[in-house]
Amino acid sequence: MILYLIRRALYAIPIALAVGFVCFMLVQIAPGDPINAIVPPDAPGDVVEQVRRDYGLDKPLPVQFGLWLFKVVQGDLGRSLATGRSVWSDLSTAIGNTLMLACCASLVGFIMGCTLGGLAGTFRGTLLDRFATGIAVAGVSVPHYWLGMVMVVIFSVQLNWLPAMGAGPGGSSDWAWDWEHFQFLVLPTITLSVIPTGIVTRTVRGIIAEIMNQEFVVALRGKGLTTFQIFLHVVKNAAPNALAVIGLQLGYLMGGSILVETVFSWPGTGLLLNSAIFQRDLPVLQGTILVLAMFFVALNLIVDLIQAALDPRIKRA
Amino acid sequence: MSTAAEAELAIQAKATLAKGQGYWAGVFKRVRRDPVTLVCFGILLIMFLAILFAPLLAPHDPYQGSMIRRLRGLQTAGYPLGTDELGRDMVTRLLYGGRLSWFMGIVPVVLAFFIGTTLGVTAGYMGGKVNMLIMRTTDVFYAFPSVLLAVAISGALGAGIVNAILALTLVFIPQIIRVAETVTQGVRNLDFVDAARSSGASGFTIVRVHVLGNVLGPIFVYATNLISVCMILASGLSFLGLGTKPPEPEWGLMLNTLRTAIYVQPWVAVLPGACIFVTSICFNLLSDGLRQAMDVKG
Repeated sequence: MILYLIRRALYAIPIALAVGFVCFMLVQIAPGDPINAIVPPDAPGDVVEQVRRDYGLDKPLPVQFGLWLFKVVQGDLGRSLATGRSVWSDLSTAIGNTLMLACCASLVGFIMGCTLGGLAGTFRGTLLDRFATGIAVAGVSVPHYWLGMVMVVIFSVQLNWLPAMGAGPGGSSDWAWDWEHFQFLVLPTITLSVIPTGIVTRTVRGIIAEIMNQEFVVALRGKGLTTFQIFLHVVKNAAPNALAVIGLQLGYLMGGSILVETVFSWPGTGLLLNSAIFQRDLPVLQGTILVLAMFFVALNLIVDLIQAALDPRIKRA
Repeated sequence: MSTAAEAELAIQAKATLAKGQGYWAGVFKRVRRDPVTLVCFGILLIMFLAILFAPLLAPHDPYQGSMIRRLRGLQTAGYPLGTDELGRDMVTRLLYGGRLSWFMGIVPVVLAFFIGTTLGVTAGYMGGKVNMLIMRTTDVFYAFPSVLLAVAISGALGAGIVNAILALTLVFIPQIIRVAETVTQGVRNLDFVDAARSSGASGFTIVRVHVLGNVLGPIFVYATNLISVCMILASGLSFLGLGTKPPEPEWGLMLNTLRTAIYVQPWVAVLPGACIFVTSICFNLLSDGLRQAMDVKG
């Protein structure tokens, strides 16, 4: 068991390094000289050369990667071209906002998905099953940025119940836990939660259906257990796999919320990425992608470790 | 579980052989009995024909706008679906927009299908160091959420159709490699492959004759499912301003430019998204139907 955990944790290191390398390469594949990502375009030639030497951009690529990596592990993600502030200062507030949105959406998706998937898996072939499966298919194939617009049309434009964009009254982005602020979270959360709802419903339905077909369930029924007691056994068997899928959804939402954040002007990493792309602010683009990808790598690791802890069959594989 | 599934497959194969039917005849028969799949296929066929013959069907010019008839509502005379923020006819724009949306939704998957299958089958069949190299590289790309990877690559490369297609292809290649590698490994150790090997067939021949025929089905089904995802992602990139550039009509981009109009003509503004949704859900259901008809597991 311990050996498996150590091996899995060690495996995350080369992955993290490689992910870092891909992020490093993002600036390299961008059209134009990477120096343009650091100095403003109107800088004089000798300044450009000076900066090039300072940043080590005259050195070979592997050395550059090493230097870049050395800075990144110390928490230095460079400076934004547009604002001149350090990338991390903008990123840290944005990540908090995105994390809050992603956590709320995951929670809604988790509850909806487990309920619908559990019911559909238990009562297969019924009308309920068809309804849940329909929701699941719609959830994974709806363009959620469009769903966000439809939500705004219905609840903001037509009914005028909820605010259409932003994260606080008067465009402020200081969060507080009251209804004034909370109402800004409602529409983005619902919009973002349709994806995990669809995926979790599908997965949980599949897992439950497979377990219900196994012989031990028949044996339990033969033993005279009530439906609820059998249900508990099924849940215990379904939990590790279901948790793995749900855990990863949080990571997908962190990375995938860019479109929804754009629709609702939610001040998170997605909006930051969006403006970075438009201003061709490559340090911000690189830093944001790096942090989000690292978060996903860490989440992957944690999910695997929890899954191994819950399900003793895994460590044998 | 896999042995039980294999046994079941073998029994089914024998049953179809006994009836003198081919595999594809069986698949076709099952699809014909599946109303959902048929309806989805029908909708997609109609959409495909409509966007293919857009120049013949479209009542107006897709680029010609007019300031005096901006943002007309639904059921305006001459403009049944209204006009957009520059006064261009929505029916025409939606018809022409479908061309780019479909193109950008399908081309990356097709490219990824060829590249991913080649790499995945190679990894699965060769095993050893080749497998290690290909699969560990795949793991790295799997460490990115797919939307993030697509946005990252096309964001770094800059806006444009070619860059968006490149980014999406890169996103889907690892996913197809994983599926291709798994199914190839399943086939590699079956008896008929051993038999071919012992009869002296070369590795290339074995893959071409014996492996490909057995792995292309599942990979194909997986790829049709990816079209649904790719449609959403491609339009999403355009929605962010990373795909198509104005004034080119594309559903995602149209959705973006009409976003400012949701207070004036809300139901006109959301039309392009409805088109993306219908296409995406039909491809998704079609893929599910094919999966069942072709009896692909997983």
